[in-house]
Amino acid sequence: MTDERAVGPVTDAESVEDLLDGVRDEGLAGYNYAYLDEHTKREVRRGVLKAIALPGHQVPFASREMPLARGWGTGGIQASLSLLGPEDTFKVIDQGSDESVNAANIRRLATRTADVETTTDATEASVIQTRHRIPEEVLDDEQILVLQVPITDPLRRVDGSDDANRQRHAHGNYSKMWVALYENVVEYGEIKLSSRYPVLVDDRYLMDPSPIPRWDVSKLDDADNLFLFAAGREARMYAVPPHTDVEPLAFDDRQFQVERFSEQACEYCSSEDTFLTEVETDDGNRRYACNDTAFCEKRQTDSELSKAHHREGTDHAWGPPTDPNVPYETDGDREEHRTADASRGEEE
Amino acid sequence: MTVLSVSNLSKIYGQSCGDCVEHTGSPVGGNQCPVCDSVVACADVDFELHDGEVLGIVGESGSGKSSLAEMLALESDATAGDVRYDAYGGNLLSADYRARHELRNEHIGMVHQHVQDGLELSFSGGGNVAEKLLAAGWRHYGDIRERVESLFRETEISVSRMDDATETYSGGMQRRVQIAKAIANDPGLVVLDEPTTGLDVSVQARVLDMFRRLQREQNVATVVVSHDLDVIRLLADRTLVMRHGRVIETGLTDRIMEDPHHEYTQTLINSVL
Repeated sequence: MTDERAVGPVTDAESVEDLLDGVRDEGLAGYNYAYLDEHTKREVRRGVLKAIALPGHQVPFASREMPLARGWGTGGIQASLSLLGPEDTFKVIDQGSDESVNAANIRRLATRTADVETTTDATEASVIQTRHRIPEEVLDDEQILVLQVPITDPLRRVDGSDDANRQRHAHGNYSKMWVALYENVVEYGEIKLSSRYPVLVDDRYLMDPSPIPRWDVSKLDDADNLFLFAAGREARMYAVPPHTDVEPLAFDDRQFQVERFSEQACEYCSSEDTFLTEVETDDGNRRYACNDTAFCEKRQTDSELSKAHHREGTDHAWGPPTDPNVPYETDGDREEHRTADASRGEEE
Repeated sequence: MTVLSVSNLSKIYGQSCGDCVEHTGSPVGGNQCPVCDSVVACADVDFELHDGEVLGIVGESGSGKSSLAEMLALESDATAGDVRYDAYGGNLLSADYRARHELRNEHIGMVHQHVQDGLELSFSGGGNVAEKLLAAGWRHYGDIRERVESLFRETEISVSRMDDATETYSGGMQRRVQIAKAIANDPGLVVLDEPTTGLDVSVQARVLDMFRRLQREQNVATVVVSHDLDVIRLLADRTLVMRHGRVIETGLTDRIMEDPHHEYTQTLINSVL
């Protein structure tokens, strides 16, 4: 069977450029808008709606083969392409950067097949696809954040049996995960899971927030925007709708803690309130830079720029520590709580 | 006061033809149905257990002891029967998942015959015991540590080994961790399935002494399943003798040991003595 979109018909090309132009034009002509066929998009949207209706619950969907390998964001791109329309503005982040090869490729696929505008500015995008990070700037109720997910079930950390884990989710039986946290405290003195921190969504389902750092976990709680999580390989998606309670699991006397950078600042913009990437240089020194490169660029021109600069009012808390006007519990405050708890215990 | 009341409890493995109970038992010399090949692990078991009492269940391998223990600890489903437990209103066997989960974690403790059924060997000993507390809703790390430490002391396990992986523990220690886990939430009923199997004689004696002390202190109703008559003699106030899934004799342990009525019980006791 021959494919009319193949290179074959372009026989009068005078240069390689002409040949490639021909391939590009002919190749895209046969594809549906936003790459996926309409049936697939409907199927994914149905999954999205069900996921929104059951916050934190893993919903199966018919994951398709995509023109990128499993593990490179096939779930995220299916969710994004099913939602994008010509009026949308699309941003893709890969571990905080807009410029990684994977982010650039996903962005190019969306531009060429869905004809959307793209941006690196988190405040301008209507749909943001991301891997391993939530932007530093506060998102609003007009925006959707699509997170790429490698492992859908937080319980797989403690039990490899998906069958047993689904029963645990059905019955809300998460004691095994609590034991894993207990063991973590025994080992490190506090819960130090570096990523995929288990969170309880809407006081019902335990959810894997994808490999975002602990720094970003608190952004999920009572946010204005919709979070969608999609895993192409596992063919499952889940969601945190706007203004949903998302609580990281922690003990009463061992509270949830984010990463600390011991008073380090970004090398480029001097920010101390952003998630920093640590780089060890050849001479053995450590240097720090903002992980969210797009926001770092803004901070380089305005070092006082708040994370909610585009929002009215100051009551938009977003992760640790956010606007100077929004109080956030620092380590110092926690220490005070701990001391107070201890003295209360003695009184009893 | 009656803690546990069991009547007509039956367990059949396999697709029963409906007449398995009639086709099996002592008259035919086995518990496998000749018609449908189902195995009748328990048939029409009746007994009562009182506050602070220890009931021994003894019998040869395959007589249905462990199946009975697992049903009482809600670890497996019964085919038929009625089990009343004072911490639950109604037939225990028809409790839904949530009720069973709560009962298993807060009101019934079990020591499994096989360590890997009762413990997660990759977790620390303390973590295994903490699991029971966490399942019962404990969320204060300091309180959990304190309780686990006290349980380790009660079950005579070195507190300094609390944070080591359970797989590095000796067989006797693993059995003690199971006992610590079983009594963690002060349950009203403890089920011990072959508590000393696989342990050498001196360790057996220490584990049994320790359990007897705990049982007396806490006055907890206990079901002990064992094929070892010495264990039953040491722990049990009353004893049920099982064969082919049926209770063939029941009575005070001393009476069963000194004056067995049933022919099979006589053989069993004579073969040991």
